Amino acid sequence: MAVPLLYAVLSGFKSTDELSRNPVGLPESWVTSNYTQILGSGDFWRLIGNSTLIAVGTTVLIVAVSALSAFSFARFAFRGREALFTLFTMGLMFPFAVAALPLFLLLRSLDLLDNPLGVILPQAAFGLPMTIIILRGFFRQIPGELEEAATLDGCSSFGFFWRVLLPMARPALGTVSVLAVVTSWNNFFLPLLVFTDAQWWTLPIGVQQFQGQYSAEYAKVFAYLVLAMVPALAFYSVAERQLVGGLTAGATKG
Amino acid sequence: MTSTFLPDKRTGPGAGSPPPAAGRRPPGRARRRALHWLTAAGFQLPALVLFMGLVLLPMLFALYAAFFRWGGFGMPSDYIGGENFSRLLQDDVFLGDLWRCLVLVVLSLALQLPFALAMAVLLNQRMRGRAVYRMLFFAPYVLSEAITGILFGMIFAPDDGFADQVLGKVGLDGLGGEWFADPSTVMATLFLVMTWKYFGFHMMLYLAGLQAVPRELTEAALIDGASAWQRFRNVTLPLLAPTLRISVFLSVIGAIQLFDLVWVTTAGGPDHHSETMAVTMFQYGFKRYQVGYASAISVVMFGISLVFALAYQRFVLRRDLEGATTTMRGDGK
Repeated sequence: MAVPLLYAVLSGFKSTDELSRNPVGLPESWVTSNYTQILGSGDFWRLIGNSTLIAVGTTVLIVAVSALSAFSFARFAFRGREALFTLFTMGLMFPFAVAALPLFLLLRSLDLLDNPLGVILPQAAFGLPMTIIILRGFFRQIPGELEEAATLDGCSSFGFFWRVLLPMARPALGTVSVLAVVTSWNNFFLPLLVFTDAQWWTLPIGVQQFQGQYSAEYAKVFAYLVLAMVPALAFYSVAERQLVGGLTAGATKG
Repeated sequence: MTSTFLPDKRTGPGAGSPPPAAGRRPPGRARRRALHWLTAAGFQLPALVLFMGLVLLPMLFALYAAFFRWGGFGMPSDYIGGENFSRLLQDDVFLGDLWRCLVLVVLSLALQLPFALAMAVLLNQRMRGRAVYRMLFFAPYVLSEAITGILFGMIFAPDDGFADQVLGKVGLDGLGGEWFADPSTVMATLFLVMTWKYFGFHMMLYLAGLQAVPRELTEAALIDGASAWQRFRNVTLPLLAPTLRISVFLSVIGAIQLFDLVWVTTAGGPDHHSETMAVTMFQYGFKRYQVGYASAISVVMFGISLVFALAYQRFVLRRDLEGATTTMRGDGK
């Protein structure tokens, strides 16, 4: 399981010559230039910056909008509620690839190509169903007495949502945020369509381009791959509990 | 939290309990109901706008465009009815996509998921280093498909890639092969990479499900003299059923919509032997500018997902989704 990852790390410390002579063992001499070269280039950091910007933007938008919607689903009874919720749950079935073409045309007509919003907005829209489902399940568990008490104290619906519900739902909000960040960070298809201009590329696209450019220099590509994995793995090790707990909560609640 | 000195417990207007549908309402009630509805709708508005505009609208447009011969510029005007769809049925590449999709689904269900389940059961025992293994197996899931794909593309490079080198070292040259480059092995290789990437995710789901199996039950079975297999078969597995059903669902939908991993490893090659529906659609839509035809492919892809999802919900998930599809007061479907 870990062998491919380990192999990539070690290969990054070899020169390409050595890699073809000695692919398996430890490096004869630890070459660090592959790694330092990449870290010293502005390109790599720009990719990281773009990916971060887009991930944060997507996450903030998804969580804010989903929380409002899930609150309404969980605490209000209104005509058409079930139909609307079913519509959102159907969204889980929408493969992104299906909407990709018309979405691309739509973004083109809105002049959102080569603009980070062109990735943030669709990503948020496609992330809504899952997030709403998870949050709705969570909001329902908050006892009704709290709401009554808040209302009697003169809290408006939004006041209750803002002052009572959201602070209580912190763990759930954490979970869906982690999910949104990971999904956005790894998205490849959408940025590929939206960004023709290299200045906006995100990390996965950067990796693919780099591999195309240096296809003969294996060791360099390995180093690049490893560095590209580091942020995701670091983030994951910090957020592991949130993610795993949340995935399972989402999975068992439909 | 709060303290109230109000003698009578009135429920405030708005959230929580809807007013009972009384035959004759006192004046003011109607207005309050309208207000209630407006509040609820107001909370839904941002999500609706985003979802309608960027998910539903493009979907419907794809459905519309599928009936035109259209290159993607301006509005579709060359209406050709169902011609795109009949062309699909004669398109060998697309028929191959369907076949390959089926192969991936069957392989996932027959190999990947049982393997994940076995590992989950193993890791559920008390053992040293359990947390480390969990981290390790789940880690690939958080890596991007693009990065995974490129990494394995290099590992499986014919002859001087890592895989062939290792096999050569231990004297199994015969097993070394072309991997992604050979039409007969490309799908197996692709499946291997898919498994590496996704099996940890399913394993995590199962682990969480296993955590929920009460220890008393397995202990009771043990005292009754049930063997390990019997305990698993008759106690653990039935209790794990909801988790299994979700995992199967996600696995199938994922296989239908596979794109990234294929795109960065083989782009569907060699000679379409690893192409998936999403890849074929991408080729036609963005490379050859046959957007109408590509839309037809995406409509079929969605249709398959939808039919599967509905059938699955209807026959398999009925009980599991009760929490999600019925209302709080149980007057849902």
